[in-house]
Amino acid sequence: MAIEILMPALSPTMEEGTLAKWLVKEGDKVSSGDILAEIETDKATMEFEAVDEGVIGKILIAEGTEGVKVNDVIALMLEDGETADEVAGQTRDAAPAPAPAPEHTPAPEPGPRATPAVAKPATPVADVSPDWPADVAMKPTTVREALRDAMAEEMRRDPDVFLMGEEVAEYQGAYKISQGLLDEFGAKRVIDTPITEHGFAGIATGAAFGGLKPIVEFMTFNFAMQAIDHIINSAAKTLYMSGGQMGAPMVFRGPNGAAARVGAQHSQDYTAWYMQIPGLKVVAPYSAADAKGLLKSAIRDPNPVIFLENEIMYGKSFDVPVMDDFTIPFGKAKIERAGTDVTIVSFSIGMTYALQAAEKLAADGISAEVINLRSIRPMDTETILNSVRKTNRCVTVEEGWPQGSVGSYISSVIMQQAFDYLDAPVINCTGKDVPMPYAANLEKHALLTVDEVVAACKQVTYR
Amino acid sequence: MPPKQAAAKSNVSAEELLGHYREMLLIRRFEEKAGQLYGMGLIGGFCHLYIGQEAVVVGLEAAAGEGDKRVTSYRDHGHMLACGMDPKGIMAELTGREGGFSKGKGGSMHMFSKEKHFYGGHGIVGAQVPLGAGLAFSDKYRGNDRVTFAYFGDGAANQGQVYETYNMAQLWDLPVIFVIENNGYAMGTSVVRSTKSPSLWERGAAYGIKGEEVDGMNVLAVKEAGERAVAHCRSGKGPYILEVKTYRYRGHSMSDPAKYRTRDEVQKMRDERDPIEQVRDMLLTGKHATDDDLKAIDKEIKAIVNDAAEFSKESPEPHLDELWTDIYATEIPQEA
Repeated sequence: MAIEILMPALSPTMEEGTLAKWLVKEGDKVSSGDILAEIETDKATMEFEAVDEGVIGKILIAEGTEGVKVNDVIALMLEDGETADEVAGQTRDAAPAPAPAPEHTPAPEPGPRATPAVAKPATPVADVSPDWPADVAMKPTTVREALRDAMAEEMRRDPDVFLMGEEVAEYQGAYKISQGLLDEFGAKRVIDTPITEHGFAGIATGAAFGGLKPIVEFMTFNFAMQAIDHIINSAAKTLYMSGGQMGAPMVFRGPNGAAARVGAQHSQDYTAWYMQIPGLKVVAPYSAADAKGLLKSAIRDPNPVIFLENEIMYGKSFDVPVMDDFTIPFGKAKIERAGTDVTIVSFSIGMTYALQAAEKLAADGISAEVINLRSIRPMDTETILNSVRKTNRCVTVEEGWPQGSVGSYISSVIMQQAFDYLDAPVINCTGKDVPMPYAANLEKHALLTVDEVVAACKQVTYR
Repeated sequence: MPPKQAAAKSNVSAEELLGHYREMLLIRRFEEKAGQLYGMGLIGGFCHLYIGQEAVVVGLEAAAGEGDKRVTSYRDHGHMLACGMDPKGIMAELTGREGGFSKGKGGSMHMFSKEKHFYGGHGIVGAQVPLGAGLAFSDKYRGNDRVTFAYFGDGAANQGQVYETYNMAQLWDLPVIFVIENNGYAMGTSVVRSTKSPSLWERGAAYGIKGEEVDGMNVLAVKEAGERAVAHCRSGKGPYILEVKTYRYRGHSMSDPAKYRTRDEVQKMRDERDPIEQVRDMLLTGKHATDDDLKAIDKEIKAIVNDAAEFSKESPEPHLDELWTDIYATEIPQEA
């Protein structure tokens, strides 16, 4: 049986092409790798090589023919012992269609392929359980101490956990988050890196592929932009691309958002950037209890977690439960203040604006319910929706920019799932749509203010 | 390029030579078949063939030991075959089917095997270099003597993260072998058009990393250099660089018309330096094998490749449920 030479697809998009020139003629002996013909695709003229050994028995498509469909038989090659006469009767009609891909489900598909037959998992019901037992003792702790305690506890618990970053060891942390860790765990597990974010984020991700559980500290998340390829392309996507064989159990953490008077390149909120990425989990604690409970969960999580801290919050003190092993699950928002007239949704430092606004609103007789998201991806949208179904109004609060913000995503969820409950459009209070200025007065205006949140809440409650 | 002759040629056993021949031939025939399936529309997107470079991975795999790790770029089919991954699973991944190594979700450029310590298959040029150093970091952290082979091309050798990695790998004595597969062209840009320091391995000197240039068309020379590199890394002396001078016969990817070099240049390489032909000559002139012996191997390899191609066509497309799986892990995958 002669070997059919088919018109090849020579680009990801090619469906037909021109058989520009034959470089062999009938009767020529060819071996694997010899160039048979030149074929013009929509983009280029390509050389087409033989895959099998044999003799060109018959050329079926003359050179110069345009519009030759991919997989049409263009020539026949003789195998050992065959003659050209034996194959002369064969024509392109003999060409079999390319083997269709067998469908996993034999039943005809009801819609376009883009619509999966299986829906994505349903949103779970909101978890409203308290974070800790009512009778537990509390201890005032700064966010800074809580983060350090979380890392230390997890490093004691699991020898595969290590911390890597700039100034984390001997300097005790650029913001003193890793204070004391070098003394306790040694240089093997608390590792100072050169200033080389792209490189050490990649090395940490490779170490996670190798089964370790790295904590990568970015001095600030502004510098993580140098490393974002490894965060997204290497850490977040590998579990999927490997069909579940390997992933990156690791934490990328550090201060995020505006500090004070450090200008545009050091003052950016990346929450909305990372929350878009399937494969990443994204958390942004507000209180010290959040910081401790969420960071411990992040270190144990088998996925890459973006852990967004805030420099201004590091020194703030909150009560933290005194427990042997206190963790907060992801995807569980916290109602920090119950209310009935308007729902304010925020996270991280945004919560300080939200809670102060709620206090002011109370003085004016408006009862605001304040939700602390804590985990941005997965997001506890059920808790938001349940609240909005009660208050019928929502204001979101964040320091990031308005276009493609966390608040705009929340607005779309509310619009799609609780439209009939809304008595006013959702308002997104955000940072101003400008790079952060340096001048004190301009910076103040670029940032969010409590008064803006108050004004937004009054607007949606028509007061 | 001064081809470095393998000194130990006379000591090589027939068995070893036949092994190299068989493994290189498997890669070549597999890649030819992949090219054919691409032409038939059964493989989509990008497909980067390894034809011409076979001696690199076969020589280095011969120098690797149990538990050693490897990671590479998107031109990865040869690496997977050489480390013992099943050709059926590789071909079925190329056709995007359920039987592929990544259940059809990775494709040609993104394949992995925990069992064979193959850590991808990475599509971003140069990204596998720090990842490879990180794998080596994990072995050093655990205190074992395994090494990691981090393969990258002459194109990736100009990425900044390579040098960030060199610095840290040497600083921390990581057991990683940086294998620069210098095939002369980064897509369509030749090495001399991309750098004025074309001796790529010598760049390691800036970080104190030892290395050498290797004739990548000679599998024995590659193996010998690989053994030196492995011994260096395994003994705790830190990283090592091998710049393996090789050549790809095909275009950068299937849709590359390769107008940046002449047909004569390719033909000359094929005629004079082909890695498989070199071993074939050694086998025949050394009377280690007869023509018939080699024909029998050819036939056997062809059957393996045809089986892989058949499997890759018959394996069903992934179930639509797979769209939503493997996005998040529920437990930490255990080290193999």
